[in-house]
Amino acid sequence: MGEYFHSVTLDEEKCRGCTNCIKRCPVEAIRVRKSKARIINERCIDCGECIRACPHHAKKAISDPLDTINRFRYRIAVPAPTLYGQFKTSHSRNDILNALKAVGFDDVFEVAFAAEIVSEATKELIKSGEYPKPIISSACPAVVKLIQLRFPNLIDNILRLESPMEVAAGLARERAVRTLGLKPEDIGVFFISPCAAKVTSVKAPYEKEKSFVDAVISIRDVYLKILSGLGRQKELEPLDIAGFEGIRWAGSGGESLALGTDSFLAVDGIHNVINILEEVENDRLEDVEFLEALACTGGCLGGPLAVENVYVAKNRLKRRIDEARNSDAENRRSIVESIIRDGRKFVWTCTVQHKPVMKLDEDLAKAMQKLGQLEKINEELPGLDCGACGAPSCRALAEDIVRGMANETDCIFKLREKVRQLAFEMMELEGKMPPVLDKSAGGE
Amino acid sequence: MNYVLPVGDFLMAGEASSNVKKILNQLGIPPRIVKRTAVAMYEAELNAVIHAYGGRAEVEITKDFIVVEVIDDGPGIPDIELAMTEGYSTAPDEIREMGFGAGMGLPNIKRNADEFSIESEVGKGTRVRIVVYFNR
Repeated sequence: MGEYFHSVTLDEEKCRGCTNCIKRCPVEAIRVRKSKARIINERCIDCGECIRACPHHAKKAISDPLDTINRFRYRIAVPAPTLYGQFKTSHSRNDILNALKAVGFDDVFEVAFAAEIVSEATKELIKSGEYPKPIISSACPAVVKLIQLRFPNLIDNILRLESPMEVAAGLARERAVRTLGLKPEDIGVFFISPCAAKVTSVKAPYEKEKSFVDAVISIRDVYLKILSGLGRQKELEPLDIAGFEGIRWAGSGGESLALGTDSFLAVDGIHNVINILEEVENDRLEDVEFLEALACTGGCLGGPLAVENVYVAKNRLKRRIDEARNSDAENRRSIVESIIRDGRKFVWTCTVQHKPVMKLDEDLAKAMQKLGQLEKINEELPGLDCGACGAPSCRALAEDIVRGMANETDCIFKLREKVRQLAFEMMELEGKMPPVLDKSAGGE
Repeated sequence: MNYVLPVGDFLMAGEASSNVKKILNQLGIPPRIVKRTAVAMYEAELNAVIHAYGGRAEVEITKDFIVVEVIDDGPGIPDIELAMTEGYSTAPDEIREMGFGAGMGLPNIKRNADEFSIESEVGKGTRVRIVVYFNR
């Protein structure tokens, strides 16, 4: 996969070339060209805002089809905790997990359990004092990419720990090799995902060479199968190993609450995240120890590949959390602690680099010249930010013009002005007569 | 290249420095330098918001440095040396309650700027000048 693979893509058929998505994109990564909304690949962070904004459902998140699992002899599903918010609480969490298994998997390993491990490892890293404050969660890949693009000064604040998804996939595979003697290549691990950005981050990981996950299947694609299987499994295997703190990760604030510190800030919704990151970059939030920033409103529960309304899902998740709170927490804690004896093994082996996609030119003098042009063009544009030119704002059009990606007459107001001028000139010319035919005056 | 940006009330606080940050990013100025400029300018902007209910920022960018002057017609500073002391603040209580006015503004500007000067006349206003070099 190339560096610029993206899960978020356009359904050409459905796109009408309207301006809904270009206006909502937090990184101005979409332009309408030839009646189709084109995504500028190097800018897209896979946050999924355009998917939510599109009234024609033309923006979609590509995930792997369910039959991908047939490529492997032994199949393990690792479901995101968001899955539990999708179903009514009349069925237990273990019912859901067993119904998921019956969809065609040999084993199910809860990402929520891995989340508890990541929480423990995070606590250690906070104590170590190695990070500038606030430490920024890396759980949301869209936020990590946003920082890469727009907040390079905060790259050092990113928590360089593997995500619960990766930890779960690694542990599940290890367990299958150890207990069943399977060859690693025969095992397929599948993340059951509410998240488009995770699809991208599995295909092109930033934290290591290769992801432990073989394919990402959307919650949407398994939802009905699980629903019809609920309550129909004869014997229930105990697959529910996670505690409430791991389950809570599905919603905004869940990751923070597990850290046992009051000094955290949890922000959700990509536009809110940008505002908070601005504050952090201005050194205004140094008294915050941990910053949890999630691109989707409501956190992962609001992911574009989830099925249930985010607020309904939140309500259900709360009940799941309360249920899990009453289970044998002590016993589980000792299991978690035995796994994380070496929390360092979950530290990233690679890291993210600054991607200066906003730069106008490699050469500063040329960049300044272009910026000067940009300002001048921008001043002459109407400033309505109507989007009819295909760019999200007048300033973005001005930027596109100096980058050679657009023309001034792409602006319909500019075009009209030109036409009017032309018409005026034509009228003026119409009044002129060749001298040989001119009988109006003066001729002797 | 020159810009004049308005510095308004609390609703607008940080807008001018945020705009300058965008401009510097478009020029490809190294992130550390952008950050120092933005932090210094943000503090100056905030001072103008708190003490003078606004003002303006005059920004000059060359290929070697950026100069930011934040100018207000506020009450002015009677004792600049005292105002420069860390922790010294004349911000009203309601501003402190919002988490501002901890007396770190001016020292913070000085720390982030390569050159820093301040002129003030009581009853007339204050002018803060910040210079940050791109290649130092």
